[in-house]
Amino acid sequence: MFPRLVFESFRRQRRRKLLAGVAIALGVAVATAMIAVATNIGDKISQELRSYGANLLITPQADTLDVEIGGVDLKPPSDGAFLKEGDLPGIKGTFWKNNIVGFAPMLPVRANLGAGGQSEPVEVLGTWFAKQLAYDHESFVTGVRTTNPWWKVSGAWPSDDSSDVLLGRDLADKLGRRPGDRIEINGQLHRVAGILTTGGAEDAQVVVPLQLAQQIMGRPGAVRRVLVSALTKPEDALALRDPRTMSPAMLEKWSCSPYVQSIAYVLQKAIPHSRVEPIRQVASTEGTVLTRIKGLMLLITVAALLASALAVSAAMATAIFERRNEIGLMKALGAANFTVASVFFAEAALLAVLGGIVGFFGGSLLAREIGHSIFNSQISVQPVLFPVILGIATVVTFAGSAVAIRRAVRFDPVYALKAEA
Amino acid sequence: MSTPARTRRSGTHRMFLRMLLRASLVRRGRALSALLAVVVAAAVATAMLNLYLEVQAKLRTEFRKYGANIVVVARQGQALPADTLSRVQATLAGRGIAVPFAYVVASASDGSSIVAAGTDMESVRRLDSWWGVSAWPSAAGQALVGSRAAAVVSPQGQAFDLNFHGRSIHLMAAGILTTGAAEDSRVYLPLEDFTAWTGVQPSTIEIAANGSAAQVATILQQVATAVPGAEVRPVRQIMEAEGRVLGKTRSTLLAAAALIILTAALCVLATLTAWVLDRRRDFAIMKALGASERLISGFFAAEAASIGALGALFGYGIGIGAAAWIGHANFQASISPRLSVLPSVFVGSVVVALLSAALPMALLRRVQPATILRGE
Repeated sequence: MFPRLVFESFRRQRRRKLLAGVAIALGVAVATAMIAVATNIGDKISQELRSYGANLLITPQADTLDVEIGGVDLKPPSDGAFLKEGDLPGIKGTFWKNNIVGFAPMLPVRANLGAGGQSEPVEVLGTWFAKQLAYDHESFVTGVRTTNPWWKVSGAWPSDDSSDVLLGRDLADKLGRRPGDRIEINGQLHRVAGILTTGGAEDAQVVVPLQLAQQIMGRPGAVRRVLVSALTKPEDALALRDPRTMSPAMLEKWSCSPYVQSIAYVLQKAIPHSRVEPIRQVASTEGTVLTRIKGLMLLITVAALLASALAVSAAMATAIFERRNEIGLMKALGAANFTVASVFFAEAALLAVLGGIVGFFGGSLLAREIGHSIFNSQISVQPVLFPVILGIATVVTFAGSAVAIRRAVRFDPVYALKAEA
Repeated sequence: MSTPARTRRSGTHRMFLRMLLRASLVRRGRALSALLAVVVAAAVATAMLNLYLEVQAKLRTEFRKYGANIVVVARQGQALPADTLSRVQATLAGRGIAVPFAYVVASASDGSSIVAAGTDMESVRRLDSWWGVSAWPSAAGQALVGSRAAAVVSPQGQAFDLNFHGRSIHLMAAGILTTGAAEDSRVYLPLEDFTAWTGVQPSTIEIAANGSAAQVATILQQVATAVPGAEVRPVRQIMEAEGRVLGKTRSTLLAAAALIILTAALCVLATLTAWVLDRRRDFAIMKALGASERLISGFFAAEAASIGALGALFGYGIGIGAAAWIGHANFQASISPRLSVLPSVFVGSVVVALLSAALPMALLRRVQPATILRGE
């Protein structure tokens, strides 16, 4: 009898049940989408924050002090120590290789720029633009185009194997050169592939492929410093502790969290004779911005869950309130309050499961659409979320129905049957 | 219009108002639950819209922790004119911080080159809040020593001498500076000490200008006009990244707000529809007594609209409170209530309320009053 009651109610009141089901599905969809967005927003925003540039700097361990003012290196080029270019692909062989978005070596040298017979000294910066590298059969592309996305080139980026150069905007204005023209560096002619605008010291420099700078300096394979752009987790109390003073368990937790400090620690071991430091301007500010945005999305997700719960309970309350006659009839025929309530709860559970399944998939689609249109990347919904969402849907539907069912059951059947509510 | 007609009309009005009032007073429970739905929905909508409008300003203050977004540099090989800083500060007029920097290459006692910088310690502390500093200098003759420079000049934190063009200065190491970048190799001292020692004037002014991208661009223009002798340029690294992150965050928030407001509106729709349907007997009696369709529709519409309006007002108040709490909990800053949100929340609530009255009305209109009164 019990299953039949439930079944018949679904068959007869198809439209009302559909309405309640739609409300549940919508509520669940919104909740699913928001939970998915909130759990993914950290990754997405930290990806966007990478446009602030590198957050780690690798320098030679035995290096002398930097003598740099306003981005111009004043240190005699032969001074100090160098890193080996050949060691760099090893960065992609570390534990954190998937967190490393990109890296770019830098080698500043001084050269003479010939212009119309006379020559003048100019800063030349050697780097990788978009260098094709391979480590352990895995190939990848890295360079300043990844680490410094605010560098803009009018004309074309030079190829890393060529001897073409980029001319800083201010320098190009001064020399009156345009893309495609030629300039003379240390007596050799080079083609200007493009004009570079960075808003920094590079605007007055010549930026060349790394091997060309090494050739000018006469030190093949040398690199002064390496900029590394890595996806990190915001700093907390644990991140700032010195790994040497940690217990083994704590050290393990520390080194398995992508803190900028633990990535620095691993990189320092991977590159011989190196010193790796987080660039605090980027690394620490990134953390605060990320924490704020994540916190905001979390609070909003709670608001979304609340709104969904309210919508579901409103729909359920309505659906039940309309069936007072039926309840009155059941009670008049001798059904106990408990039996009546359980019929309605069974209906609610069925609705919750059906609406929950539809809503979960709808919500996944919605999350994907949001990820696609806002971040141009995938927002994945963890399958683990499915039972959780279904559970939440059931609880909310029950809670929403409970008040209405209680009121309906307490109602005097005589009035209910006379429809004098 | 004749007098009896006017009397009749005003009588109808009074009756109309009375029915409206009694309807909600007699069946208080149902009216309250409908009102509650509107209040909650309006509150959620207000909070989300307020947050959406304010989040940009709140996040901008976070982004300003990245430091300067405009730099003023002297033209090649020159120092900035002496009044540059005061001119820049007059132009900014409180819309940001401007910090002067002067640099020389000095030599340490072992002969190695080291960059010494003079700056205003108080302002730089606000501008570059990411600087890791063990202790800020508080007196003259104290310096902030970069972590790598410290290893060279003052390994045990002792006092040290720097030389520049034959003039030397004796400095105490007040604290160690860690930034992970070029600053680590420098020694920073108060600007007065620096100029007294070297005679070199500031060559760079770093500005952290507050406001939107357009406002920062205006400030940049104004500063450039105010100091014609210098080069003023944006720090593109900072400005572009900020624009990107802010844009994405705002879009996400907008999508979330739209979803949540939609859900809340549905909740109102469901509750109000039920409320009107529930009163089909009133409808039937009115109709049986000869009321016109227009009058009845007007009655239900007026009822729904007043619930919507009342709910919107209460909800606005609660929503402002919720937004303020979120601002406090997440940004540690107050979120000011936006009055501009009120009209849209108000209109939105009334429209949704009217819509939820119109749907059941369309259903009821087709039914004979007798059927309803018989309770079928």
